[in-house]
Amino acid sequence: MLVLKDLCFKRDNKKILDNVNLTLEENKFYVITGKNGSGKSTLAKIIMGILKPDSGKIILNGKDITETSVTERAKMGIGFAFQQPVKFKGITVFDLLKISKTKEMTRKEACSILSRVGLCALEYVDREVNASLSGGELKRIEIATLIAKKPVISIFDEPEAGIDLWSFQSLIKVFKEIESANLGITLVISHQEKILSIADEIILMNEGKIIKMAQKENILKDILKEDKCPKGVDFCG
Amino acid sequence: MDRKENELLKVISGVDVLKQEVYNIRINGKSEKRKINDYIDIKTKEDGKGLDIYVKENTLFGVVHIPVIITKSGLKEVVYNDFYIGKNANVVILAGCGIHNDKHLDSEHDGVHRFFIEEGAKVKYVEKHFGNGNGSGSKILNPVTEIILKKDAKMTLESAQIEGVSSSNRVTKATIYENATLVIGEKILTSGNQVAKTDFFVKLEGENSSCKVNSRSVATENSSQSFNSYVEGNNKSYAHVSCDAIIKDKSSVKATPCIYANHLDANLIHEATIGKIAGDQLIKLMSLGLTEKEAEKIIIDGFLK
Repeated sequence: MLVLKDLCFKRDNKKILDNVNLTLEENKFYVITGKNGSGKSTLAKIIMGILKPDSGKIILNGKDITETSVTERAKMGIGFAFQQPVKFKGITVFDLLKISKTKEMTRKEACSILSRVGLCALEYVDREVNASLSGGELKRIEIATLIAKKPVISIFDEPEAGIDLWSFQSLIKVFKEIESANLGITLVISHQEKILSIADEIILMNEGKIIKMAQKENILKDILKEDKCPKGVDFCG
Repeated sequence: MDRKENELLKVISGVDVLKQEVYNIRINGKSEKRKINDYIDIKTKEDGKGLDIYVKENTLFGVVHIPVIITKSGLKEVVYNDFYIGKNANVVILAGCGIHNDKHLDSEHDGVHRFFIEEGAKVKYVEKHFGNGNGSGSKILNPVTEIILKKDAKMTLESAQIEGVSSSNRVTKATIYENATLVIGEKILTSGNQVAKTDFFVKLEGENSSCKVNSRSVATENSSQSFNSYVEGNNKSYAHVSCDAIIKDKSSVKATPCIYANHLDANLIHEATIGKIAGDQLIKLMSLGLTEKEAEKIIIDGFLK
């Protein structure tokens, strides 16, 4: 179980996270959604240890991990797929998957993971994770690193961003597989209805706060019918 | 050969040279062992200060090893090797210099290599430089490579200076004629107070001549590097020069590009990127369970791979 207690995070005098309290239970698939700038990515980065909260606590299975490093959290079983995947010169897809997995990885295993994220394994396994890959390809490789790592807590920051419609279908399939086989906590930041619809619970954020958290049946309709502009359509006229 | 010499030979050659078909091993200023075949001849210059290497026309899959080993502290030498590559020959030349210096005197090897590459010939030249030993004496290497590429010829030059060389000044000069191509890949890693300097001077003389230079380097601790390139396009030609460097600690890297288009259809590009390891690269690898040091090593090893 992961418990976030009174998390606050401020930058340039702006409250990015404002007293966030959240409990995430094992074997559940959570989706965080909300407007741009509502604090979703910051919250995810704080869970991974990439950012440090100004105050508050992060408790994993009863242990306070607030002061632990990214490496320590990765070793505890927290994994993070970045919204904008990182590129490397000279590091191949296979290298990255081997690093992701704690035990040795065979080429066959790497190819099987790449196939799962919709990439032709033979074409990609020895390619460098560099700028020659498209945004969508990098994104799928990023997701593959998390599948290889098999974390206890998997965090995906907008996995659908930059992915074309065709690939999006295979991405949904991957998430459905993760959801059905889930033995830990999956936390996905997303705006996509299809991803929201496979969540066990949806967390809605606004201006650094969690404003709603409920099972999808009780929240999805409300989210979908909300005004796109908080000031209303007439405001622009 | 003693144990130290054997170890150095292994590092710079990567294979058991004595089992190869054509080689010349130079140890502490003298040619110690040599083997030739019907297609490739190696002769000592009359003044004894180097080699003339002849590759016959139409030679296919020729491989020549010419390693240099220095284990004698204080030895300083200048060696002139000339390579005459016949028409349509296809050959790989593996050169390299390993210096072991356990004492306080400086050891230095300056190799001047001249390549005369005839029409349609293809040459791959691989040069590896390495230094070790705990003495305070410097390990100095100043390789000079001069290349003439005739019509339709191609040369690929790969050089690596990965460890332990106190000071190096690498100069490469090339003149490239019609349809000929030169590809250069350079990798340098410096640490401590090491200094590495690289100069490229390329003249694209022939129509459709081309040149591609890719330099990747990592400078750590107090070391410094400088990369200068001058490419002149005197005909319809293409050149792409890229210098990509990672700096760490108190190191410095200076890149000075110069491209001179002297013909309307000369298309010349220079790119240079210098910076520390990107923070997001470290964080990504740390999020996979590596420590910052482990992540840094993997990024640098990959960059120089």
